[in-house]
Amino acid sequence: MSLQTTTWQTVGPFFSIGFSWLYRNNLAGPGVSGERVEISGRILDGDSKPVPDGIVEIWQANSQGKYAHLDDPQEKAAESDFLGYGRVPTDDAGRFRFTTIKPGRVPGPDGKLQAPHLAVSVFTRGLLRRLITRIYFPDEPSNSEDFALGLVEAGRRETLIARKMDGRVDTLEWNIILQGLGETVFFDV
Amino acid sequence: MNKIPGYRRYIPGTQPPYLHPPYVSSMKRAPLQPLVVLPHTLSEITGPVFGPEIADVKACDLTRQHSGEPLGERIIVSGQVMDENSRPVAHTLVEIWQANAAGRYLHGIDQHNAPLDPNFTGCGHAVTDSDGRYRFVTIRPGEYPWGNHHNAWRPAHIHFSLFGPAFATRLVTQMYFQGDPLIPFDPIFNCTDNEKARSRLISQFDWETTIPSQALGYRFDIVLSGRESTPMETHVHGEKS
Repeated sequence: MSLQTTTWQTVGPFFSIGFSWLYRNNLAGPGVSGERVEISGRILDGDSKPVPDGIVEIWQANSQGKYAHLDDPQEKAAESDFLGYGRVPTDDAGRFRFTTIKPGRVPGPDGKLQAPHLAVSVFTRGLLRRLITRIYFPDEPSNSEDFALGLVEAGRRETLIARKMDGRVDTLEWNIILQGLGETVFFDV
Repeated sequence: MNKIPGYRRYIPGTQPPYLHPPYVSSMKRAPLQPLVVLPHTLSEITGPVFGPEIADVKACDLTRQHSGEPLGERIIVSGQVMDENSRPVAHTLVEIWQANAAGRYLHGIDQHNAPLDPNFTGCGHAVTDSDGRYRFVTIRPGEYPWGNHHNAWRPAHIHFSLFGPAFATRLVTQMYFQGDPLIPFDPIFNCTDNEKARSRLISQFDWETTIPSQALGYRFDIVLSGRESTPMETHVHGEKS
């Protein structure tokens, strides 16, 4: 007998009361291996206005492409001090910012490796359920063979790829456009 | 590597659309492009798992987080977290937040002209036990007005956030109370087409968890996405013997 999944409801405007105890804007402490990267951006609505009551959650593999999870069957070592989870709210200007390491490649369908990416959930007042998207990395040759990017029409793929700021690969900008011109690609998961 | 079973997708109509004009805030925030269907990979079937050590045991009793007791009607909110395959979701993090008994949130942008309660913050969390059960002690939240339309009032509700075993199983929802006269008029409660799906957001009064002379009990069970059945591939290709 199968049950039916509970229906989503919006986080509303007051989610910080429940969520702030678990805010994490630095996913990788000093002992964690990998290239450090700071990613920041803004959440913008259909009028290009900043969304000050939004929150972004990150889920990612470590620098070797291993998830800190029992269902990851790869024979690679997880790092005990790296969970791969982040939770960051937006400020009054709609801006969020976090620091992490660039993840390694993880397997995708047909045994092919995916390009390095972060899985992202977006919650805001006004969103009746979360939006799901991904952050990919600039100057990453494997992006061209990534299966998920391949599902997206070519003209919209760039919404999933973070941009270097001041030419630096360790300081990236990635915006979330909820609606309209330049709308970010969101996934049905 | 063997194919990994993904999680089941939502049954059409049982989840809210992004654009729901009666909920005015959705108008400028709902994406207008169709979502891109993403087959589940290792990135979606894994997710953050927080062990019991993350939970402060005091966080499940919202009435004992300050020096005095909060005002309002003390209640017990408990339930079981299951997946679609009727399996309990053990050791998963449940977070809640809510308004106080007067219908006021402890939040800078809540301008409702109702008193704050120095003895009530309105947040809690707990990790489910091995049977997927959770239990909170709190106070019944008040209804409150909001700016969605003329004379708009939210029914009493408690926000719930759950992770489950995977990125794909994340859920944020709201729990309501049986018999609340505001429910039929609430655009957020009514955002989902399927009536049965909506009705499951309403907690049930529960004698079993009611404590004599102390607190009424309300039961709110939650169902997270379940695994698809294991792919039959290995069977199809057969063993050589």
